[in-house]
Amino acid sequence: MREVAVIGVGMNKWGEHWEKPLRQIFTEAAILALDDAGVDKVDSMIVGCMSSGLFVGQEHLTSLLADYTGLAPVAAARVESACASGGLALRTGWTEVASGLSDVVLVGGVEKMTDVNGNEATYALGTAADQEYECYHGITFPGLYALIARAHMEKYGTTREQLAMVAVKNHANGSLNPLAQYPFKISVEAVLSSVMVADPLRILDCSPITDGAAALILAPVELARKLKKPIVKIIGSGMATDTIALSARKEITWIESTYLAAKKAYAMAGKTPQDINLVEVHDCFTIAEICVMEALGLVEKGKGGQAVEAGLTALQGKIPVNASGGLKAKGHPVGATGVAQAIEIAKQLREEAGPRQVKGARVGMTQNMGGSGGSSIVHIFEKG
Amino acid sequence: MPTPSRYWREIPQRYRLEAAKCKNCGFIAFPPRQICPRCHSRSFETIVLPEAGKVVTYTIIRVPPQPFSDQAPYAVGIVELDNGVRLTGQIVDCPFEDLKIGQRVKIEFRKIYQDGDAGVIYYGYKFVPE
Repeated sequence: MREVAVIGVGMNKWGEHWEKPLRQIFTEAAILALDDAGVDKVDSMIVGCMSSGLFVGQEHLTSLLADYTGLAPVAAARVESACASGGLALRTGWTEVASGLSDVVLVGGVEKMTDVNGNEATYALGTAADQEYECYHGITFPGLYALIARAHMEKYGTTREQLAMVAVKNHANGSLNPLAQYPFKISVEAVLSSVMVADPLRILDCSPITDGAAALILAPVELARKLKKPIVKIIGSGMATDTIALSARKEITWIESTYLAAKKAYAMAGKTPQDINLVEVHDCFTIAEICVMEALGLVEKGKGGQAVEAGLTALQGKIPVNASGGLKAKGHPVGATGVAQAIEIAKQLREEAGPRQVKGARVGMTQNMGGSGGSSIVHIFEKG
Repeated sequence: MPTPSRYWREIPQRYRLEAAKCKNCGFIAFPPRQICPRCHSRSFETIVLPEAGKVVTYTIIRVPPQPFSDQAPYAVGIVELDNGVRLTGQIVDCPFEDLKIGQRVKIEFRKIYQDGDAGVIYYGYKFVPE
C-alpha cells in the first residue's frame, strides 16, 4: 500500500444556510480544498452523505456534485454509514490512493438539513436506528443516547454536571472557531436549565441541525512532498460495525465498534493512545464523547466523566478533545462531520489552527460514528 | 407510516413475541435472524419470549417523533427478559418518578400509535410494572 497524505482542505461556515442549495454548499467547500491543494482536477471523487433523499429529495449525488464542481466525467462514489458517512468517505478515498487506483482524490461530505421541518429531520435521522424495533416504539436519537447516559450514570457514577461540562468545553473551543455554527461559550448552569429533550439529556447536550459541507484532497505522500505545504500523512485507518439496535449490544455503555475501529487504526499506525496529541470525536450528544474517550483507550473504562471534570480533555489539557468545537458547537451536518474532523486535525498538524492551536501537535486522531454506535471509523494522522 | 405489508410481516414478533433460537449454540435472536451472530449456524427453531424481565435503562421522551406527538411525554426503556433477551419499548402505567433501573416489568399487548383519527391502529408490546 502507498502512504497517503492530505494535501488540501476546505470548509465553509456552517449553520442555517436558507439561501444556498446543497450543490452550492458542497461546491464552495470543494473549491476551497482544490485551491488549498493547488490542483484543478482529480482522478476520483468520494462523497459522504447520509440522507439527501429525505432532507432535500435529491439522490444521485455522484452526478450532481461531479457536474457542479466541474469535475465530470470524473469517477465518483457516494458512501453512506449514517452520521459516519464522512468518515467512511475519507476511508474510501484513502483506499483509492493507497491501492494505487487513483493519485489525486477529492473526499467530500455534505448535508443540507434545514430544508425540512423538525419532524421530518427527526424522521430522517431516525433512519440510522432500527426502524422496526426501535423507532416503532417511539424512541428518538436523543432518546437512545439518553438510555446510554442513564446506564453510564448508574454504573459508573457519572454526574449530570460532568455531561454538561462536555458541552461547555466544546463551546469554549468552538468560540475560537469562526466556521462553527455556534461560536460562543455556554455555562454548566445554562446546560442544566435548558429544555429537557429525553431525560437526562437536555437540548444543550445535543448537537444541532446544520447545513454544511467539507472537502479535502488526498494524494500519495511522494506527490505531497513536491508541494510547499507541511505534510499531513494518514497513518492509520480502521472501521468496525456493531448491531444496529442498542438493546442488542453486550454492554449499553460501551461502544465496541469504536473500540475495534481504533484497535485496527492504532495497529496500522504503530501508535498507542499515549502517542495521540489531540482527538476529534463524535460528540453528537455529551454522553457520546464520554463513551468514545473510553472506547479509544484515552481514559479508563467508566472514567470519561471524571476526565472531563478534571480538565484532561480541555484545549490546554493533557489530551485535547474536540479543539474545533466538536459536533456540539461547530455543528453536525451529518454527512460532512467526518470530513470536517479530518480537516481540523490537518490544520492543527500544519499549525494553522489560530487561537485554538494545540502546541506541538504531531499525531492526531478522528473518530466518527453512525447511529447509536452501529458503525465507527477511526483515522490517525501524523505530521510528515 | 408503514404500508400494510410492512406492518403485517412483523406481526409474529409484535403480537406473539416469536423469536428464533439457534439449534447449535442456543443464541436467541429477536427479531429472528437467518445467520447466528455467535456461531454462524443457519439452523433455528421458533420459540416464544418470556413475558417478564427487568429494566436495564430508561428515558422519558419529551420531544417525540410525529406519530407519537399526542403521547409525549412517555417513557421508553430497554428491558432484559428473564431469558436474557433485551427489547426496546415503552414503559407505561408507571409514574415517571417510580421508574428505576432494575425494576421488574411484564409485557402487555397495547396500541403503539395510529394513523390520524380514522386510520390504521398499530399494536405491539409495552412494559408495565409487575
